[in-house]
Amino acid sequence: MGIADRLIEDVGLRGGVSKLTPEQIQKTVNAVISGETGAKLKAYAETCMRCGLCAQACHFSQSHPDDPSYTPAAKVQATMGVLLKTGGKVSPEFIYGMAQLAYTECNLCRRCVHYCPIGIDTGYIMSTVRRICHKLGVTPQYIQDTAHSHSATFNQMWVKDDEWTDTLMWQEDEAREEFPGLRIPLDKEGADIYYSVIAPEPKFRTQLIYQAAAIMHAAGVDWTMPSEPGWDNSDMCMFTGDFEMMGRLKRKHFESAQKLKVKRIVMGECGHAFRSVYDMGNRWVAWKMYPVPVIHSIEFFWELMKQGKIKLAKKYPGPVTVHDPCNVVRGRGHHEKLRELVRFLVDGPIIETASNREHNICCTAGGGVINCGPPFKNVRLDGSKAKAEELRATGVKTIVAPCHNCHGGLEDTVHRYKLDMHIKFLGDIIYECMEKPS
Amino acid sequence: MNAAYEFVTGPLAWAAWGIFLLGSAWRLFSMYQLAKQKDAVSLSYMSLFYSMRSIVNWLIPFNALGWRKNPAMTVATFVFHICLLVAPIFLVAHVMLWDQSFGVSYVTIPDNVADIMTLVVIAACLFFAGRRIMQPEVRYITTPQDWVALVIVLAPFLTGFLAYHQLLDYDLMIILHVVAGEIMLAAIPFTRLSHMVFVAFTRAYMGSEFGGVRHARDW
Repeated sequence: MGIADRLIEDVGLRGGVSKLTPEQIQKTVNAVISGETGAKLKAYAETCMRCGLCAQACHFSQSHPDDPSYTPAAKVQATMGVLLKTGGKVSPEFIYGMAQLAYTECNLCRRCVHYCPIGIDTGYIMSTVRRICHKLGVTPQYIQDTAHSHSATFNQMWVKDDEWTDTLMWQEDEAREEFPGLRIPLDKEGADIYYSVIAPEPKFRTQLIYQAAAIMHAAGVDWTMPSEPGWDNSDMCMFTGDFEMMGRLKRKHFESAQKLKVKRIVMGECGHAFRSVYDMGNRWVAWKMYPVPVIHSIEFFWELMKQGKIKLAKKYPGPVTVHDPCNVVRGRGHHEKLRELVRFLVDGPIIETASNREHNICCTAGGGVINCGPPFKNVRLDGSKAKAEELRATGVKTIVAPCHNCHGGLEDTVHRYKLDMHIKFLGDIIYECMEKPS
Repeated sequence: MNAAYEFVTGPLAWAAWGIFLLGSAWRLFSMYQLAKQKDAVSLSYMSLFYSMRSIVNWLIPFNALGWRKNPAMTVATFVFHICLLVAPIFLVAHVMLWDQSFGVSYVTIPDNVADIMTLVVIAACLFFAGRRIMQPEVRYITTPQDWVALVIVLAPFLTGFLAYHQLLDYDLMIILHVVAGEIMLAAIPFTRLSHMVFVAFTRAYMGSEFGGVRHARDW
């Protein structure tokens, strides 16, 4: 039992570990612990009473009921606990297991918060473990590739500058067949809304840009998208532990919006990017509050609905269930707005999963876990059994999930556990059901 | 025996209370200094309103998700902590000691109530020990320190019960009881029992982040 019994070969982890010496490890571990952590980590390490209540919180431990090593407190003990106890005197092979555990067996979803009477933030501890792994150069290859892309291009998917604007113009061109007057305004100074997306949208989910443009057009919104880097709000560096890069990304994003003197940033239906922009990245660059107001698509669509700017030609056939993405629900409290919006869009009831709203179970893809790629796909899907069972119990065919990561994860979960469900973004439903102006 | 009793209720008691009070104060002070130095991005989000919101909500039995899903643990945790504090503080014999030494007197609870509370604490300790042994997820994460903390807390109540009922050698038992109580006091700042000192702050911080930044409940 424990991570050492379930190691998976990964080029990034193996290559990183092969270059380590025990001295280097100790130096780096202590540099991070003494340089970047303080009272928070110390209090957490000391006051965890090992009551084990968090075992029920975590979808990984729920999905592996016979293996207590997936309990959040056990995962902390097997990683940060050992580092603190040994003062960083651990072997390179230990670092391999520690990295695999921190990157692939914890989604940083913070559900354990609802179970811990002390108030220990396991997500924070796991992030700190990842920070150490990053500094040691031991990161899973797939997610590290996206972090490299961020460093080189300021977007996650190696999208070249000309490809970006090209994609927007391509989508605009396509959309003008359906909506002759539609524009995707680039670099429009002083616009009400600066719309930012994650790089997977131009890379392989271009229909989402099309749909967003259609909704903006139908609602008559004064909006713009930037032509230059800063357009990608995503942040895999936050998840690899490359906080320097996380800070640069957020600064770029906000500065791009400031340059265009826009009133607000609206983010596409992404969870982790929102966490980065409003919770983590802004702190790293010492903005207590973000310099340009930022809202998530859930809130934006909700506002449009309230203002009567979304007119429906039909309602989407229900019933549906709602998946609450951790980073915008437990992370931003958007659960009621999400439900109001879904009730407006859907004909039929919302059948809730047993764990809903802040208490949702994670899709098991978040926190960068899905971005660790194929080597760890089965780890992820074994861990989503608890989620699959809750979804199956709803008996509905449609899952509304306003987050890219959740989509990717839930698609795999639906497939693996033969759930016969499909997953919709809010934008998918709005686009499908809205009155389409000519 | 008399000399030993004088010693444990005299100099040793002063030492235990001193270690407990000064130690706790020092731990809090140094933790706060560390937080100011290293956790500024956390400290700056502290909010009194959301701190209290979180603390109050977690103090209501069966309110937080974790409590609701673990009824036995909830009952054990709540009655354990209530009895652990109320029984020794309001015990007639203890108040008499305050009165004799410092002329301070205050409200007491009947001895039979204190007796039941003592049994509740002992039973809860056995329940916690049982979980550590029987429940795989708890056994897996249990460390020697957790056992030490449990024994430190159990000892004064067990010896107190035996002394009160004069079940074994009373003179010896009362001395053991005083010493056990003093060990518990002195251990608070430096063992897992330090959660007594820190829990309000870890809870408050989580409440502040969830209330002020994340606009969501943390219970």
